[in-house]
Amino acid sequence: MRIQCPFCGERDSSEFTYLGDATVRRPDPSAPEQYFEAVYLRDNPAGRHEELWYHGFGCRSWLRVTRDTRTHEIFTVEMYNDATTETNQEAARA
Amino acid sequence: MSGHRLGKGGLIDRQRALTFQFDGRRFTGHAGDTVASALLANGVQLVGRSFKYHRPRGILTAGSEEPNALVELRTGARREPNTRATVAELFDGLEATSQNRWPSLGFDVGAINSLLSPIFVAGFYYKTFMWPAAFWEKVYEPLIRKAAGLGRASEQSDPDIYEKAHAFCDVLVIGGGAAGLAAALSAARAGARVILCDEDFVLGGRLNGDRREIGGCSGVEWTQRAAAELESLPDVRVMRRTTVFGAYDGNTFGAVERVSDHLPTPSPHQPRQRLWKIVARRIVLATGAIERPLVFGDNDRPGVMMSSAARTYLHRFGVAVGHSPVVFTSTDDGWVTAFDLARAGIAVRAVIDTRTKISASLLSGAKQTGIYTLLGAQVVATQGSHGLTRVTVRKHDGGMENLKADALCMSGGWNPNIALSTHLGGRPRWSDELSVFLPSELRGTIVAGAARGSFTLAAALREGAAAGAEAAQSTGHDAPAWSAPTVDDELSGVTPCWRIADSRGKAFVDFQNDVTADDVTLAAREGFTSVEHLKRYTTLGMGTDQGRTSNVNGLALLAAATGRTIPEVGTTVFRPPYTPVSFGAFVGHHRGKDFRPTRLTASHRWAAERGATFVEAAQWLRAQWFAEPGETDWLQTVNREVKSVRSSVGVCDVSTLGKIDIQGKDAATFLDRVYINMISTLPVGKTRYGIMLREDGFVMDDGTTAHIAPGHYVMSTTTVNAGKVMQHLEHARQVTWPELDVQIVSITEQWAQYSIAGPNSRRLLERLLGGAIDVSNEAFPYLACAEFQWQSMRARLFRVSFSGELAFELAVPARYGDATIRALMTAGQEWGVVPYGLEALGVMRIEKGHVAGNELNGMTTAADLGLGRMMSTKKDFIGRVLAGRPGLVDANRPALVGLKPVDRSKRLFAGAHFLSSGATVALNNDQGYLTSVAFSPMLDHWIGLGLLARGQARVGERLRAYDPLRSGEIEVEVVSPVFFDPEGARLKG
Amino acid sequence: MRYSIFSLMRQALRGHRDWTPAWRDAVPKPAYDVIIVGGGGHGLATAHYLSKVHGITRVAVLEKGWIGSGNAGRNTTIIRSNYLLSGNVPFYEFSMRLWEGLEQDLNYNAMVSQRGILNLYHSDAQRDAYARRGNAMRMHGIDAELLDANAVRRIAPFMDFDNARFPIQGGLLQRRGGTARHDAVVWGYARAASDRGVDIIQNCEVTGFIREAGRIAGVTTSRGEIKAAKIGLAVAGNTSRLTNLAGLRLPIESHVLQAFVSESIKPRIPGVITFGAGHFYVSQSDKGGLVFGGDIDGYNSYAQRGNLPTVEDVCEGGMAVIPSLGRVRVLRSWGGVMDMSMDGSPIIDRTPLSGLYLNTGWCYGGFKATPASGWCFAHLLARDELHEVGRDYRLDRFAIGHLIDEKGVGAQPNLH
Repeated sequence: MRIQCPFCGERDSSEFTYLGDATVRRPDPSAPEQYFEAVYLRDNPAGRHEELWYHGFGCRSWLRVTRDTRTHEIFTVEMYNDATTETNQEAARA
Repeated sequence: MSGHRLGKGGLIDRQRALTFQFDGRRFTGHAGDTVASALLANGVQLVGRSFKYHRPRGILTAGSEEPNALVELRTGARREPNTRATVAELFDGLEATSQNRWPSLGFDVGAINSLLSPIFVAGFYYKTFMWPAAFWEKVYEPLIRKAAGLGRASEQSDPDIYEKAHAFCDVLVIGGGAAGLAAALSAARAGARVILCDEDFVLGGRLNGDRREIGGCSGVEWTQRAAAELESLPDVRVMRRTTVFGAYDGNTFGAVERVSDHLPTPSPHQPRQRLWKIVARRIVLATGAIERPLVFGDNDRPGVMMSSAARTYLHRFGVAVGHSPVVFTSTDDGWVTAFDLARAGIAVRAVIDTRTKISASLLSGAKQTGIYTLLGAQVVATQGSHGLTRVTVRKHDGGMENLKADALCMSGGWNPNIALSTHLGGRPRWSDELSVFLPSELRGTIVAGAARGSFTLAAALREGAAAGAEAAQSTGHDAPAWSAPTVDDELSGVTPCWRIADSRGKAFVDFQNDVTADDVTLAAREGFTSVEHLKRYTTLGMGTDQGRTSNVNGLALLAAATGRTIPEVGTTVFRPPYTPVSFGAFVGHHRGKDFRPTRLTASHRWAAERGATFVEAAQWLRAQWFAEPGETDWLQTVNREVKSVRSSVGVCDVSTLGKIDIQGKDAATFLDRVYINMISTLPVGKTRYGIMLREDGFVMDDGTTAHIAPGHYVMSTTTVNAGKVMQHLEHARQVTWPELDVQIVSITEQWAQYSIAGPNSRRLLERLLGGAIDVSNEAFPYLACAEFQWQSMRARLFRVSFSGELAFELAVPARYGDATIRALMTAGQEWGVVPYGLEALGVMRIEKGHVAGNELNGMTTAADLGLGRMMSTKKDFIGRVLAGRPGLVDANRPALVGLKPVDRSKRLFAGAHFLSSGATVALNNDQGYLTSVAFSPMLDHWIGLGLLARGQARVGERLRAYDPLRSGEIEVEVVSPVFFDPEGARLKG
Repeated sequence: MRYSIFSLMRQALRGHRDWTPAWRDAVPKPAYDVIIVGGGGHGLATAHYLSKVHGITRVAVLEKGWIGSGNAGRNTTIIRSNYLLSGNVPFYEFSMRLWEGLEQDLNYNAMVSQRGILNLYHSDAQRDAYARRGNAMRMHGIDAELLDANAVRRIAPFMDFDNARFPIQGGLLQRRGGTARHDAVVWGYARAASDRGVDIIQNCEVTGFIREAGRIAGVTTSRGEIKAAKIGLAVAGNTSRLTNLAGLRLPIESHVLQAFVSESIKPRIPGVITFGAGHFYVSQSDKGGLVFGGDIDGYNSYAQRGNLPTVEDVCEGGMAVIPSLGRVRVLRSWGGVMDMSMDGSPIIDRTPLSGLYLNTGWCYGGFKATPASGWCFAHLLARDELHEVGRDYRLDRFAIGHLIDEKGVGAQPNLH
């Protein structure tokens, strides 16, 4: 697999470490009942999956990668911590 | 003697004779030969024995699909079992040995299995060997294993080297036959960056094995011109002897270049093989086709060969496969072999064609050459002990005729070589028109020529050129028009014939695994009607050739046996690698001591000079202890080191601990959230011990954090978890709390850090540092930290202690590490300073009850480790919520305790489990286990730390430390985990 | 027809004409007592024990492809019971006992071969961890021996004892560990279950669940609706796909694990060997191929194939242990999709949906568990209670914190 790191360019996936579902957010500490779900339960879709990859052998960025879990095809790669992305704007508002 | 070298012809260098041995017999071949062609040229027909029945086997093909002619190549440490003689290049002095036979190839005791073959049918072992039950391991399986296996692997370490390389291109062309060359040429002429790979040592594919004309010159000449043009272009890489073995995600292809396999030994500094990872924007698959055998009685007899292979041996190697061959065909292509052999002066005994009608041009050709022709006829049996002598033909009218023959060339049609197209999940589709499986559409890949069922040369050139142009165009290169060269005419009629009915003897489908047509029928009868069940039940296609010559025939037979069509039965897919790849190629340089990187600290050379014994700690090598002359036992050394530290002073390299620099205006907030305890209250110039949890509430790591300047912290981690913690912090910073203004960077490699421990440590530092920093207790109390100027460098000092002694950690830029350790030793001479290693460090931490890796095992909570009170209730931190789950706060959880043997002379062993006295030995009576043990020189007996259910409440209780693996059982006493200086007076002095 | 040397010889004389299908290729009936989704080892074993132990024979096993097409036919065939934690040890030992009697039970030779499993250790800490494990095994009556380097050398002299980056210090040996012929396990269970009346229905993909009166009452399939009072899922790798149809989220991720076989060579490796300083384990089959594997690729995947970095990593581990492998060739690689659970241990339990039962989360240890998994799942389906040896495999253990985390890596499936 090749991942187009927004900072470093296209690199082999062996430079990256995988974490999992990128849609999971750390719940608000005032809502402890949400922690179990956030830490343990996964949609685990067969198909498009937003996921977190860490470019540990490169720029150390956490990336949000959209990939098909059936074909391994990668659709988009973006910096997780990029304020311009929609998801982060939502998060900032929340 | 059947095969022989002809007086002329072929691509071999007749000026260069090479001698070689097969089973100890000496032969001569030529440069350009394969082992197979050289053996055939010397009249050798019998080269191996089959897997199950030990039937004599010869050479079936002239390519990498060979199932039969497997030999052990080379000897000693370079012995390579199962090497296909058909692709092994001959070199001077080559030694090959037949395999899977005993005592000799000619007389093989294992052939007795052939007599038992009525029992040894597909799946017979699932039905028997069950009684008596104990006999399987003791009798049956040992016998089976004695007989198992093909060649013998070397027992010595591989002496050759391997390397890896990466390549990137616009267009990767796989296969250097007519289609591949045309594709490479048209893409290269357009200016695309092209890589052309071919598994063979010459380009040309079938052009070398056929007598063809392209644009007025021979196919061989055309190939040479094409190769010369490609090699003259700057952005083209032509890779011969390079097998593209696998297609992977992201248009990445694995390939193995056999750099030195054609040489007796690799040249100095040359690898044996090189693993390529090729990333291509577009791919042209021009992998040709593989001829299928005909399934008839005793079709495995040495001398029975693929028709196209016979032609390859004739044209490429100048070898006639027999004096009196017959051709058995269901295709026009078989006739080409007959005509070519006849033209070379070989007396073709007959052409037996399963078809009743053939084209007029074939008929006239037969007439011209005078070849005895039998139409609508079939070979139903063959004879000959170790090689073919006679074939039995059932003629169209049902009459039988025996023909003398020393070779049989069979032609059952061509199967596109689609293996690579299935690696990424592509499902081949059946073509009724061609009776073949065609590759599925693949993104970024264009298939050309015989690989997509276009079996004529003209089509191969046309499609290849078009594919190359299209690939170039889609990568931004305009291709000039391709003027198709004229080629000579050819016929390509096929009438598939899947099985010769009523054959005599065994009709083999899979030669290597001895799977017969009857086995396929039997499998169908027993309900193994999915093609995958068939393969698994009969082992069809499971050999080293992955069934390249057998799969389609097997499918067809299964279809016939179950009354279905071939596409209804299923399809055939292949797994990487395309042809077997050596471990060495995948491993490259990562072997022996270079299996993984070795990280050395700045004091390594100094420690080695001092005679240190080193031990692996993650990727680091750390000094384990420093034996002095006269010390005979490691424990003696470690005891001395501990006592010296506790009585005076010692120095230990602690550079391997992870060091992370944390800065920013929100750094304190950030640290509060990643540690369970409060860091934001830590003043500048102070250090604090911290515990980090995973979000699931279990302990992840521990370490200290020093506040060395406003908003500037240095965190230490354990050696093993340094990378993991760094990733964890980056995740917290970028993903969880991107709004925090904090930056982090690993500085583990940048700083050398030494622990100076013991009552005289302050004196030593005062001597070493002079007035650079005041290290008095008043100016620099316990847990103080500072950055200061020391001579020309910026250094850092921390007053932290793992040993429980008055101790400091001095950090200097790594380039001064070596000088600093030497200066420390010099400065400490007056107090008899000793270097101490990881082992003494471990003893002292156990004496002090500090937890380390054995306790921080990912299954413990902070409370388990006696650190529950550190969990702040005033703030949020990672792991806080889930640490409160019932299972994590259960009163029965194990807790950290100290253990002493009741009989103080007894040794403790880590990993012993605790049982209450009187309890029976049973898992549900398990009370915990000993995590770490050490001999304490201060207490003069063994001590241990353990995790014991409700441990803190059980101090004083006596337990059994149950250790059947080693010590049996020892009575132990539960004590506080702090064995030495429980008040902590020493570290604050 | 009963299988034996006698029936085999009798058939040999008749050209093997009278053998009948090993199992009936059934067509679906409208309703059953129990439907098991998934015709792999676990599903078929469940059907076998449901019929044999509990007398429940109105059972259908639904398989979307051909039986054994999932992980049952894609694993490296290892059986062992060398576990550490009390939640696992009794279960896997129970499984081992069932393996030991499997051939007699099924009248099918699954080639259970107890040639031993040796886990190498390379550091003091690893030795201590294996001692802890071995002692836990011994407390449950399981054989375990802790060997030093010399003893290991006597068993496997071909390993690297001279030039290793991480020297072999010793190993934990379970002599009763070994291998079994994976496909034969599937066929043997299928044949035995089918003989007792279980319907094995291939090419029957479940496409949805039928809900009636607040409970799951059946499934829709590519071959029509099928009703049943109880539905058990044993669809390793695809569990989330199915439970998503029922609106149930699980502590599961699907990951791809590659496995490999070398060309057939003369037998050399006695039992199973696992490397302790990298990802590699190996055994040698009765055909002579080295069957080996390593770590999962590490990313969510439903594709039954992996990538080169893992291949290289596994082979590096192989040569680190056995330097003479250099010229041995890798013949074939393949991938299986694993249900990786959040603590690395399985789940055999009811679900919040009445009528729906779960058998999942086997990570890459599912094969060795096949008999006990089938036994416990059958017990659960028949009696609505967890079997004694699998009592900790509860679905709610993640919420309450009674985790069974042998590796101690927490809620990160790709690290288990």
